[in-house]
Amino acid sequence: MSIKKVRQHPTQNESLIFERSQKGRIGYSLPKLDVESKNLDEIIPVDLRRDDDLEGFPEVSEVDVVRHFTRMSTWNYSIDLGMYPLGSCTMKYNSRLNEKVARIAGFINLHPLVPEEEAQGALELMYELQQNLAEITGLPAVTLQPAAGAHGELTGVLLIRAFLEKRDGKARRTMLVPDSAHGTNPASAQMAGFTVKTVKSTSQGLTDIEHLKALCKEGDIAGLMLTNPNTAGIFEKNIKEICKIVHDAGGLVYMDGANMNALVGVARPGDMGVDVIHLNLHKTFSTPHGGGGPGAGPCCCSAELEPFLPVPRIVKEVDRFKLDFNYPDSIGRIKAFYGNFGVMIRALAYIYTHGADGLREATEAAVLNARYISYHLEDTFEKPFKSDCMHEVLFTHKKQARKGVHTIDIAKRLIDYGFHPMTIYFPLIVEGAMLIEPTESVGRQDLDAFIEAMKAIAKEAEENPQLVIDAPHSTRIGRLDEATAARKPILRWKPEIEAASKTA
Amino acid sequence: MNIPENLRYSKDHEWVLIDGEIAIIGITDHAQNSLGDIVYVDLPKVGDHFNAHDACGSVESVKAVSEVFTPVSGEVIEVNETLNDSPEVVNKDPYGAAWMVKLKIKDAAEINSLMTAEEYREYLNNNT
Repeated sequence: MSIKKVRQHPTQNESLIFERSQKGRIGYSLPKLDVESKNLDEIIPVDLRRDDDLEGFPEVSEVDVVRHFTRMSTWNYSIDLGMYPLGSCTMKYNSRLNEKVARIAGFINLHPLVPEEEAQGALELMYELQQNLAEITGLPAVTLQPAAGAHGELTGVLLIRAFLEKRDGKARRTMLVPDSAHGTNPASAQMAGFTVKTVKSTSQGLTDIEHLKALCKEGDIAGLMLTNPNTAGIFEKNIKEICKIVHDAGGLVYMDGANMNALVGVARPGDMGVDVIHLNLHKTFSTPHGGGGPGAGPCCCSAELEPFLPVPRIVKEVDRFKLDFNYPDSIGRIKAFYGNFGVMIRALAYIYTHGADGLREATEAAVLNARYISYHLEDTFEKPFKSDCMHEVLFTHKKQARKGVHTIDIAKRLIDYGFHPMTIYFPLIVEGAMLIEPTESVGRQDLDAFIEAMKAIAKEAEENPQLVIDAPHSTRIGRLDEATAARKPILRWKPEIEAASKTA
Repeated sequence: MNIPENLRYSKDHEWVLIDGEIAIIGITDHAQNSLGDIVYVDLPKVGDHFNAHDACGSVESVKAVSEVFTPVSGEVIEVNETLNDSPEVVNKDPYGAAWMVKLKIKDAAEINSLMTAEEYREYLNNNT
């Protein structure tokens, strides 16, 4: 007797819920009718009823549905399963304590329209969070409304726009964005009505000061959107000079806070000359992230920009907390109600459980972990910029590409070793980028296992490149044809597609 | 890397074929190779005017979206509509079937500032 590997069983190869449909199968049963029956036409007129027969609608039982989705849920990779070194994403552990606090009945049962007197605890929590974020960034005024990072960016540049129009009595239209920036930066600037000009990076991966000066000389500068540390994981050491150049040109400096995990508790953007920053609570402050959101992208700004913050603002009067709408220069509301409140609870819990020393330690560990990876892999993979990295380290595929192995292949092969791949092909300023951000949530054993996997892949690329090029090998489904999926997408299941595949 | 001798090249990896007062523009073999599988090509409209170095379209690959810059100034007189349905041609035949835009050249002097095949080969060696 031989036991063969099972490939057709649903735990190994799940079909779509539509394909599991059985004619006439249902997942409910109605109780016996104990009232007088009525003609349907009396309740819902014929012209308001759908009269097609919903062909292809899945007919399944409750247990079919539960098993289908439960099986698929076990195919997920998540932060609770292992290291998730996605550069620029700060996939740190989301503590269970934060979840517990966010489920306190007084918070989850609170209706957003209850009178202020009955929401004092929630308002105090938001006020406290604002105070803490102001202290962490060195920028005194805060709004918690933005729903996520790019929304925070938009809010930040709208503040700049409103401030400049009030100060100058006319608009300034040029927003400077480095070529290493997240793609959302130019998009946010464009959405706020600015024209984007790109600032080049130097061969060291830093903002090119001479190019910045030249662009500032062209005039009409509203500001600069800068990520620090930048997307190459390098601290912009000339940040004070950069801010001065932009300020001298009459503009303001917006900092993208995506990489704040390298700075919290150690350095403050407000002290560097930054005028406004957004923070990603779902990155730096450990609230759930990526499918498990929602996020939150609070904006912290200088006293100069404060009058323009969105309303309502949360103010403290003696020992009472109030929602204040009386800010005539405000850019207005940018989110329904007050922002994503559940995220704020978790972020404040994170700050309180760490304290000032703990936040600093987390930052130091995040930077140390990235440098540990950098140190151990810099002889194996090309490191395009030699400076010490901060919380994430950038490599490229240059050495492996000689054997025909590219970044995409290395990332796919990493899945076979049990790791979620790093961020790939970003930033765009280097070819074949691999951006690795371990965060402070991994210990030395995990770091060593990751380093060992990366070295093993480099060795395979040298000795048996096809093995890497064809990866992944251990997954239920092999390498997906992303090009055909993008060129000829099939966006939904249709009965005729299934019929065609069965006859084929 | 394939770099035909009869074309001129830009630093942004576009090629130009000069045919009298017409410039035919596409992206180089190096560009398609770096971008990976092209899945969408966005082209300008006939009649659009561009200055040299303006973005006149974009190519989307599985990795990223990149702008296509026109190396010379002029008016668009024809675009390669076949790329709408068959973007993969850019990967297969970047210098031939995957030409993107035909421009009526405004300033013939601009052509002199573009690289020759030999200069482009050297530029690639120094920059990649």
